[in-house]
Amino acid sequence: MRPQLGISQRLIQLGVLIFILAAWYIGTMPGHINPLLLPPPIPVFKDFWVLLTTSGIWPDLWVTVHEWIVAVAIAAIAGCSLGYIISRSAYAVRVFDPLLAGIYSIPAILLFPLYLLFFGLGAGSKIAIGTTIAFFPVVLNTIAGLANVDKAYIRAAQSMGANDFQLFWSVMLPAAFPVVLTGLRLGCIIAFLAILGGETISSLAGLGHRIVSLAENMESAQMFANIVFAVLMAFIINGIVSFAEARGRRGFQ
Amino acid sequence: MTATTISSVPRVRRGPVMSPGWARLLAIFILLALWEIGARLYADPLFLCPPSQAIASLPHIFGDPKIVNAIRVTILELVAAFSMSVTIGLAIGLAVGLHGFTKQSILPVILMLYATPQATILPLFVLIFGIGPAAKIAFGVSHGIFPVIVTTVAGVQNLRPQLLRAAHSMGASRWQVFTSIIFPHMIPSFFTGMRLGMTAVLLGVLLAELYVSTAGIGFYTRLFAESFSPPDLFALISVLAAIAVTLNELCRMAERHFRRWNAD
Repeated sequence: MRPQLGISQRLIQLGVLIFILAAWYIGTMPGHINPLLLPPPIPVFKDFWVLLTTSGIWPDLWVTVHEWIVAVAIAAIAGCSLGYIISRSAYAVRVFDPLLAGIYSIPAILLFPLYLLFFGLGAGSKIAIGTTIAFFPVVLNTIAGLANVDKAYIRAAQSMGANDFQLFWSVMLPAAFPVVLTGLRLGCIIAFLAILGGETISSLAGLGHRIVSLAENMESAQMFANIVFAVLMAFIINGIVSFAEARGRRGFQ
Repeated sequence: MTATTISSVPRVRRGPVMSPGWARLLAIFILLALWEIGARLYADPLFLCPPSQAIASLPHIFGDPKIVNAIRVTILELVAAFSMSVTIGLAIGLAVGLHGFTKQSILPVILMLYATPQATILPLFVLIFGIGPAAKIAFGVSHGIFPVIVTTVAGVQNLRPQLLRAAHSMGASRWQVFTSIIFPHMIPSFFTGMRLGMTAVLLGVLLAELYVSTAGIGFYTRLFAESFSPPDLFALISVLAAIAVTLNELCRMAERHFRRWNAD
């Protein structure tokens, strides 16, 4: 997909980044942009360095990561099992697949006020919104993977006398695994985004909560440093999940 | 289905079954019935209400001019954010995608921005644009613009070079090349981008509404949740979900229509 880049393109990209940084630096010199809206880069980097080198952010980071892990675990188990049950019969796939896809097109963030009502301001409501949002890609991809296994493979295994478990373990699972993994990766990433969004809306702790409270205290430089940290976390999670997907795909074949 | 077909996979049973559409409706009905019974028997009415009560409070939602106005404000925000995302995204997408130089230098930056979690910068939007509709529109645009840019670039990318060369050799002007070759070619992916953009705009606007709101629906969801009146909350959320599904479905229909049109 991505073309191999030559040195000149890398230089151009570097130039674009330097241009953005320079514009940021010059634009925030005294008398240009209100430092409350966009603080100069140097205090932001200083605060970011403080974030990285001290342990002040760890409790909030742990809250967010803990919510994410619980949400993803519930969504993965529930999504895979429901997907497996539905994919057992072609009729159930025809009934439930459009139903689940239809529900998936409702923006799940709408349910967040309900979850606040049910589970309170703490971790519960974030776990619930993360689980809801991650569940659908997992279940839809599990169904898509298991229901679209090439019929010739199934027929061959059956004619060679495979029982149900052998059929599942040696034919269905290896064939469907890449699709299921893609669903899990998508679920992991959007669950993290949903949890950050939930923490921004209402929460007691977490990365999103930190950013909101700094914004409300007009601590712009620290807020930007925390935003950079949260973005970095999102990239790290993205990287870990993509690595795990590639690894899992390779390990199974 | 009654005719015997040669099937090598042994089927256990193939009786007359319900068509999937009816079975789906039945499944929805059963779920609602379970919810109704469960909520009536076990749930605390401060937190969960049966669906019948939610439906019964729909007239209350539509009877209150303030809530109707809030829904109208939210729809306006959605429409404004969506149209801005599409026009700005299309312009940027064309500017970036039509030249190899800009595609290689600027597209990676755009992709990186696309991958950042925008929820973290929501407080910044409120600082800059205030707590009125402007912040919601801006936040919606910040979500919706990226899928439009990326799909526009992808749509321009697969252009067959022969077509361009033929047009140039026959003396077509830049504008003619655009209207007769580039634009028709990118229509299907452009509508895919519009559909993805609509999903993203819905997320952005609703997220911003729920975060802070003075007149939009976010104010009322918070009010209903804090005053423990789940029937109103469920009714309002159902109305919003219906709006979201309608908008998504409109985009999907447009996408399907134009995909077919291009295939001829």
